[in-house]
Amino acid sequence: MNWLKLVHWPRGARLGDPRDLLLSWFALPAAAIVALLIGAALMLAFGTNPLTGYHAMLTGAFTGTYALTSTAVKAVPLLLVGAGICIAFRANMLNIGGEGQIAMGGLAGTATALAVPGLPAILLVPLVLLAGAAGGAIWGAIPGAFKAYFNVNEILTTIMLNLVAVQFMNYMLAGPMVAHSGYAVGGLIPQTRLLSPNSWLPTLIGGTQLHLGVLIAVLLAVAVYVLLWRTSIGFRIRSVGLSRDASRYAGMSVRRTMTLAMTLAGALSGIAGAMLVIGSISHRMVTDGTLTGFTGNAGFNGIVVALFADLQPLWTIVTSFLFAGLLVGGTSMQVVTGVPADLVTAINGLVVVLVVSVGYLRRRARARALAVVTAGPDARAAPHGARKGATA
Amino acid sequence: MSHFFTAAVLIATVAAGIQLATPFLLAALGETMGQRSGVVNLGVDGIMLLGAFGAYFVAAKTGSLVLATAAGTGIGLVMGLITAFVSVTLKAEQGISGIGVFLFGLGLTNVLLLRLFPSPVTIQALPAVPIPLLHSIPDIGRMFFTQNWLVYLAFLLVPVLTFVLNRTTYGMKIRAVGENPAAADTVGVSVTRIRYSTVILGCALAGLAGATLLMLIGIFQEDLTNSEGFIAVALVYFGAWRPLGVMAGSLLYGIVGSVVVTWKTLGIIPASASDIAAMAPAVLTVLALVSVARRFRQPAVLGKPYERGG
Repeated sequence: MNWLKLVHWPRGARLGDPRDLLLSWFALPAAAIVALLIGAALMLAFGTNPLTGYHAMLTGAFTGTYALTSTAVKAVPLLLVGAGICIAFRANMLNIGGEGQIAMGGLAGTATALAVPGLPAILLVPLVLLAGAAGGAIWGAIPGAFKAYFNVNEILTTIMLNLVAVQFMNYMLAGPMVAHSGYAVGGLIPQTRLLSPNSWLPTLIGGTQLHLGVLIAVLLAVAVYVLLWRTSIGFRIRSVGLSRDASRYAGMSVRRTMTLAMTLAGALSGIAGAMLVIGSISHRMVTDGTLTGFTGNAGFNGIVVALFADLQPLWTIVTSFLFAGLLVGGTSMQVVTGVPADLVTAINGLVVVLVVSVGYLRRRARARALAVVTAGPDARAAPHGARKGATA
Repeated sequence: MSHFFTAAVLIATVAAGIQLATPFLLAALGETMGQRSGVVNLGVDGIMLLGAFGAYFVAAKTGSLVLATAAGTGIGLVMGLITAFVSVTLKAEQGISGIGVFLFGLGLTNVLLLRLFPSPVTIQALPAVPIPLLHSIPDIGRMFFTQNWLVYLAFLLVPVLTFVLNRTTYGMKIRAVGENPAAADTVGVSVTRIRYSTVILGCALAGLAGATLLMLIGIFQEDLTNSEGFIAVALVYFGAWRPLGVMAGSLLYGIVGSVVVTWKTLGIIPASASDIAAMAPAVLTVLALVSVARRFRQPAVLGKPYERGG
């Protein structure tokens, strides 16, 4: 996956051509701006002033304690999934299964909280999060192992496992885990009973939703950075992602590394799922029959934030906050302008398409810069040689 | 169970299964063409949603199902042009760009649905067109030859595309570009042009599949496709990149879906287990993918953009 190779600018590479400099630094922001401009065009088409819309979005997301804490809480699942995507994508494992992994993590965490409600909070909260990690890890390991050992396309298996997870979630919440108290038209509401307060994520600032999960998520993102760039496991993951053959030749256990990367990505999504339950206002797991109803699309939006962060876990902290702002602000935009908040989903989709589209241009720019380092300035005249130099 | 094995119920179940299989088949056949030329399009689901919404809008405003079908296909065509530009010209990572297209389609159709249809509108179903003579064969006629014309079109495409892929120059070029683009390029086949054509065709069929699905359901709702587009992509692997195999997979999917619905109606599956039963197709697909991956080889450069001298 060549577009991943771009991430580290080669040491000593000088950017002779100003166009390359522009591409290297401004391609990603430009992609976001173009996506937002298309969003503006859509608002115009609905007869809404885009400035009013985006102003409502910004104030709704970033002005005042309430807005900022809501955005931070919204960013938690995006950051966790995104950090996991950094691991998986860097191993060249295209994990589209975040949604299912979140749901399985949520279920495992909830089941734990229901099973041992009497445990003190200091034990129960970590235990619920660990159970969530385990649930998500299993749901990530399956497609990972299938890819590694049977060469089954992981994109398809992760998507199929999302479909299995949603049915499993609906079954569990309407059957074995259902609370025999909430009635609606047609029977019991598919939800668990209120979880033991010992399992609730403690809030950091009284009167707001800001819970401990925000801190944990940031720490985990830092841990992912350390894992990827300061440990031999991380080196193997990145190496396998760049070239499976070369890694095998170097004696690495490629298959185990591929499975591990998916397992870790699943675990992080699973933690996000557990936090979506014990960090929620209702403190119970509930389904409206869809995955999105539980995940808020975090499994897909996590991909958006990770890509936009160039698969750098530390940058993912920043981008998850920004994109969470888009989601929280989208609701405000809907209130003010009447344009449905789903516009944000469409804009996110555009961001993904644009980011991967500029990837090739950035790759070429890097290849040219690298050629200057390896072969001297004359190499610029021979683009073919330049590209070969980059891939060698 | 005894109620299930009556001629009337079985015939109705198979007939409904064929209808359910049609959107899968159209979308998966389109994806097959693209993948044989080496391009993976994972945006099928998003394009189906957009096509379905376009068809819904036109059907609700004009009442014409023909125009609605054309709208769905036309939107697919435009999305195909964009997809080809992103995947072929800009050489983007195809697995990811498709997810972007999906999110775009999902978000945009929700926005449009809420804005343009404050109250839901149902559209009429496609009329069944009995095929002369054949439809009067007992039982068989009611299963296979009393369907709507989109069903006939989808199943007619199976032999047509098989012929195109295996017996025409164009098909040979598609396969060459998907197996060894450098060689194809050397003998003067334009890799770019072939891939543009297959991707646009595939997306047009995806748009048509969306329109077909809409007319089957009769109303547009949030996330109408419910991942059918992704399943269609999986069916291409399932069918080992051959139209006939893709048809078999689509029929399996459609008929399993139809049987589950019938069993639920007849009370054979208790309501409490219906969620578990609904897992069956996805689990089946994963297992099929494992078995296919071991026995068949995918197009050699599937998902890899072509670069001269690269």
